[in-house]
Amino acid sequence: MTIIDPTDAIPAPRDGETTAPLLEVRDLHVEFNTREGVVRAVNGVNYTVESGETLAVLGESGSGKSVTAQAIMGILDMPPARIPQGEIRFRGRDMLAMSEEERRKLRGARIAMIFQDALSSLNPVLSLGFQLGEMFRVHQGASRKEAKAKAVELMDRVKIPAAAARVNDYPHQFSGGMRQRIMIAMALALEPDLIIADEPTTALDVTVQAQVMDLLAELQREYQMGLILITHDLGVVADVADKIAVMYAGRIVETAPVHELYKRPAHPYTRGLLDSIPRLDQKGQDLYAIKGLPPNLLKVPQGCAFNPRCEKAQDICRTDSPPLVPVTERDGTELPGRASACHFWKETIHG
Amino acid sequence: MAEPTKAAEPTDATPNVSEVDAIDVHSEEEAVAALDAPVERGEPILQVRNLVKHFPLTTGIVFKRQIGAVKAVDGISFDLYQGETLGIVGESGCGKSTVAKLLMSLEQATAGEVFYKGQDITRLSGKALKAVRRNIQMIFQDPYTSLNPRMTVGDIIGEPFEIHPEVAPKGDRRRKVQELLDVVGLNPEYINRYPHQFSGGQRQRIGIARGLALNPEIIICDEPVSALDVSVQAQVINLMEGLQDEFNLSYIFIAHDLSIVRHISDRVGVMYLGKMAEIGTDEQIYEHPTHPYTQALLSAVPVPDPEAREHRERIILTGDVPSPANPPSGCSFRTRCWKAQDKCAQETPLLAIPERFKSSDPPAAHESACHFAEDKDIVHAA
Repeated sequence: MTIIDPTDAIPAPRDGETTAPLLEVRDLHVEFNTREGVVRAVNGVNYTVESGETLAVLGESGSGKSVTAQAIMGILDMPPARIPQGEIRFRGRDMLAMSEEERRKLRGARIAMIFQDALSSLNPVLSLGFQLGEMFRVHQGASRKEAKAKAVELMDRVKIPAAAARVNDYPHQFSGGMRQRIMIAMALALEPDLIIADEPTTALDVTVQAQVMDLLAELQREYQMGLILITHDLGVVADVADKIAVMYAGRIVETAPVHELYKRPAHPYTRGLLDSIPRLDQKGQDLYAIKGLPPNLLKVPQGCAFNPRCEKAQDICRTDSPPLVPVTERDGTELPGRASACHFWKETIHG
Repeated sequence: MAEPTKAAEPTDATPNVSEVDAIDVHSEEEAVAALDAPVERGEPILQVRNLVKHFPLTTGIVFKRQIGAVKAVDGISFDLYQGETLGIVGESGCGKSTVAKLLMSLEQATAGEVFYKGQDITRLSGKALKAVRRNIQMIFQDPYTSLNPRMTVGDIIGEPFEIHPEVAPKGDRRRKVQELLDVVGLNPEYINRYPHQFSGGQRQRIGIARGLALNPEIIICDEPVSALDVSVQAQVINLMEGLQDEFNLSYIFIAHDLSIVRHISDRVGVMYLGKMAEIGTDEQIYEHPTHPYTQALLSAVPVPDPEAREHRERIILTGDVPSPANPPSGCSFRTRCWKAQDKCAQETPLLAIPERFKSSDPPAAHESACHFAEDKDIVHAA
């Protein structure tokens, strides 16, 4: 197999003639072999991300959103995980068919990830400058001195005050928000084309969350990166996303552009999620709650996985699993980018 | 017990909280009886006055020397009325959880008083303290670490009865636990299961059942839903609201999620660096915030409406919360405040109704610890 230098094969971002999307996930399945049986964590997920675009993957814990991201990064522990079928195409090339060596070249350099818990993602016994510089030493063969200089530059980039003085500090000397900035700096180090942010602000306070999301959006604009934002926070999604994929029990149940989704959800689960968030500007008496619990992935309900919790469930929902179908206007006009995996999407969206 | 004379002290950050009717008791029996007396709805049940908790910072191994103190709680006063929910919000490290521990008498206060039905619980001991602890219960944040994995649900919920056998006689306990499971919406047959067999939301329900076991009057909820998924969060919040009506409870609801606090609270206090920055009814705090910190907090909350993101004016604070071991002089918020002036560095603003609002309408006229308080609607400023 010839190793293609990725920079040659990749057309410049924002090139109008680009045919292949930046990232395309096709019919991805991920299973885990456990003692209790096979857990199907991801069941046929499809999505695409273009340069400069933000895709928000929304879902509760156990919906498979993080596993999908880890599969894209190629950091799943295999075994116990298995990818029985599916493709992950990065600029048209299937990453699952690549050798480990090739994937290693992409990872970090072209696709980077920001993890949720910055404290446990950083090595406590190495200085932050050393950890940041590792990117340059490993991928670009920089010397220690060069790497440290670049680390300072990066820390400046993510607005850490007195970067030069703090480059030799250790993770515990930084606050939560600052550590998350280091994570962002690390992801940005090699100016990747795609960043996957897995709950980047969940562990942070609202004021710091706003700072971090702002920084991320600014850097994304500057570098024209694709961003996959994995979160369960509908507020954060509304602030930054271009399009949204809602996941439930390992499937995508709805996709839509951000404005459309909040205005007219086409899946009862999405509607339930939107109704169950308390709002700052409203004080209702009772909060709407989706009844029941997310399903155990060892025994996903027959038919539509959401049927035991759905108020609109009919007999067909208990027997047939609904495919993800395009959503249209009442008169049949297409709604670009919209799809729903509900037998009754028409009723849900059009009332 | 002496009348509180704190009002005369210069450290008092809240000059205008009402005087406490401290009860004189001469024996332990009297104290216990007074603690069991019911409180009318709308009357203050818990009154916190100038509560201070400093954790010493020491150096040296054999000969320890104190070199400073982490001022986790630095003079806080508020009232909790019977049947209401008081929300306390603030960033991590502002002292919210320390307040919770002090109210539970899990920590010894450095100074100040906590009056429960007119008796200072920081000075109680023996039977009286035990009675207080029965009446003030707590729900913890993390449903995964706050339940002992080696105990069954029945043992966990029934454990409070071991310490307070007067609430449920021995033969009655199993039935009582099953009743509690039913109250919090769990199947009573789950009594012999272990915590790992439950999901996060169900575990939090177990935690709530344990909190309810002794028929308390006050429940202190420290971030009770922040570890839960969105759809489950709503269920737990609804459950807590229902239980409040059913059992006539007063809640202190500590959280960092301002939307949830607004949803559940009657009054809200905003904390910053161990001090109360602003306190008022939910309408006063959310519709008419006057302290810049409250305004910044509200503005930072992501709004689940994509329409708002283009034209929403956001105040984004720079930097982090300063260390409580070495707080800034004067107003502790001044290092991150866009309004800060020389006065803020010299004078500590008191938590009081700002001078300029004293004559104006009630919504803006609530207690706010800022020299330059200004009414600004953040929530609707889209």
